[in-house]
Amino acid sequence: MNVQFFIDASFILATLLFIYGLKRMSSPVTARSGIVVAGWGMVIAVVASFLYVFNVAPEVKPHLTVNIALAVIALALGLGWAWRSGKKVEMTAMPQMVALYNGMGGGAAAAIAAIELFGHKAHGPIVLIMAVLGGVIGAVSLSGSLIAWGKLDGRINGTWRFTGLQAFNGLILLTLLAIGAWTVWTGGAVSPLLISVFFILALFYGVMMAMPIGGADMPVVISLFNAFTGLAVGFEGYVIGNAALMVAGMVVGSAGTLLTLLMAKAMNRSVSNVLFSNFGASGDEAQGEISGSMKPIEAGDAGINMRYASKVIIAPGYGLAVAQAQHKLYEFVKILQAADVDVKFAIHPVAGRMPGHMNVLLAEAGVPYDIIYDMEDINGEFKEADVAIVIGANDTVNPAARTNKSSPIYGMPILNVDQAKQVYVVKRGQGKGYSGVENELFFADNTNMVYGDAQKVLVAMVQAVKALDGGGH
Amino acid sequence: MDATTAITGFVALYIFMLAAFTGYEIIGRVPAILHTPLMSGSNFIHGIVVVGALYMLINASSVIEQALGFFGVILGAANAAGGYVVTERMLEMFKPSDKKKG
Repeated sequence: MNVQFFIDASFILATLLFIYGLKRMSSPVTARSGIVVAGWGMVIAVVASFLYVFNVAPEVKPHLTVNIALAVIALALGLGWAWRSGKKVEMTAMPQMVALYNGMGGGAAAAIAAIELFGHKAHGPIVLIMAVLGGVIGAVSLSGSLIAWGKLDGRINGTWRFTGLQAFNGLILLTLLAIGAWTVWTGGAVSPLLISVFFILALFYGVMMAMPIGGADMPVVISLFNAFTGLAVGFEGYVIGNAALMVAGMVVGSAGTLLTLLMAKAMNRSVSNVLFSNFGASGDEAQGEISGSMKPIEAGDAGINMRYASKVIIAPGYGLAVAQAQHKLYEFVKILQAADVDVKFAIHPVAGRMPGHMNVLLAEAGVPYDIIYDMEDINGEFKEADVAIVIGANDTVNPAARTNKSSPIYGMPILNVDQAKQVYVVKRGQGKGYSGVENELFFADNTNMVYGDAQKVLVAMVQAVKALDGGGH
Repeated sequence: MDATTAITGFVALYIFMLAAFTGYEIIGRVPAILHTPLMSGSNFIHGIVVVGALYMLINASSVIEQALGFFGVILGAANAAGGYVVTERMLEMFKPSDKKKG
């Protein structure tokens, strides 16, 4: 039938646009057009899938009107809700939103698998294996992502784990495998009750997998679930004979896996380490004594010193975003640039709540991306910098990661801010960082502490420099 | 499964294999500053699952299939739409220095 030709042609066009769009997204210059291109691919694919109505089996015909009505309503509901929530969400809350949308994709893949299994539509061992695998992975991604969202959104607090948790989880996984194997063995002829148990267990496993993982490790887990959903979509694509789903799903599956590994590497941890062990649990509190004291400095004085520096490097952390001070920071940067100061931003791979998150937060404030540098590209420049200023960051600039073997962050690559001639640290109080580790940078001879809320400190710096320049003319 | 373009075992493996390398190659070259939008962008791409859910719903012949299909289409549509909106919002903000203003 010719309708099938149009469906197939539309899907291959959509797939082409997805891959081309993703490719354009790999450079900041073309990235915006990349997502638009991929978006058109999605529109084409969704419109084309309504052509399926001309190809339904005879026994489906009596239900067709209802099915189409349901499809339109479901599309409108999902699209409407996500469009509104996506437009509203704050940039700081982006990681949990990505987790939420990702979980929903996993849920959709699991729903496809459930229909195949409940309706006994899948035939043959390979199709059944794919349906079962996609179902488990999709369901795990759904419940796990929901937990990740809840944690990052502050709705679920704390991590809980108990002795034997891993054995318990292993048992659930084995049971899932057993039911899955039985389903394949019997050719899909299993009772609806067993299929229900199967999906409930898979959802439960996702919860058990995400619950023990702490806040700092969450981005790695979100990325992993993103890869999971991709795989689930790819497998279900095979089950329903749709190559567009297979390609798109598998591209995301492998890309997501690579991204997960890159993130874990940036934190100097392995993925299994993130999943199965508690951060900070390894190192006892055997931290070396830190000599020296923290030396405070007034924000205005620090600002004026930077005005007369020739090179300033800024190391921002999530604390900057919490204080909503990105805009004020960029205002200060522009004043420095007007005074011919060379200003650069140094971004640690895990600054913010997710790799690259800090770049998004700075971009939101209007900071151009060509003065923002990755850690590897700028670490060599700190020794030439007159001033390095740390705002709302702590663990990512802690020299203990280089020297102190007993520190839980030992081995994590850090920004070499301590090599600058002068270091300013903008900080609320004298507390420790996210990992609970003392930071010897704060006690160093060339470090001065600027205490206060980042927003207020930057306002003071801007005023001090403006007053100075105003008096000069 | 009544699609005219049947995908049998080994052809499927070829597709999966090539797609996996494609994903790996595309992401491998992405600068770290784009990691967040990229995770979100790939999240959008697997929103294509909505097409699979639509296929299942249109071909549903029982109440449970309709219910699951309805649920699947809502979730899939939300994945696609949400993924698109947040990715586009993030990427729109990335701008180079304005050289004229200097």
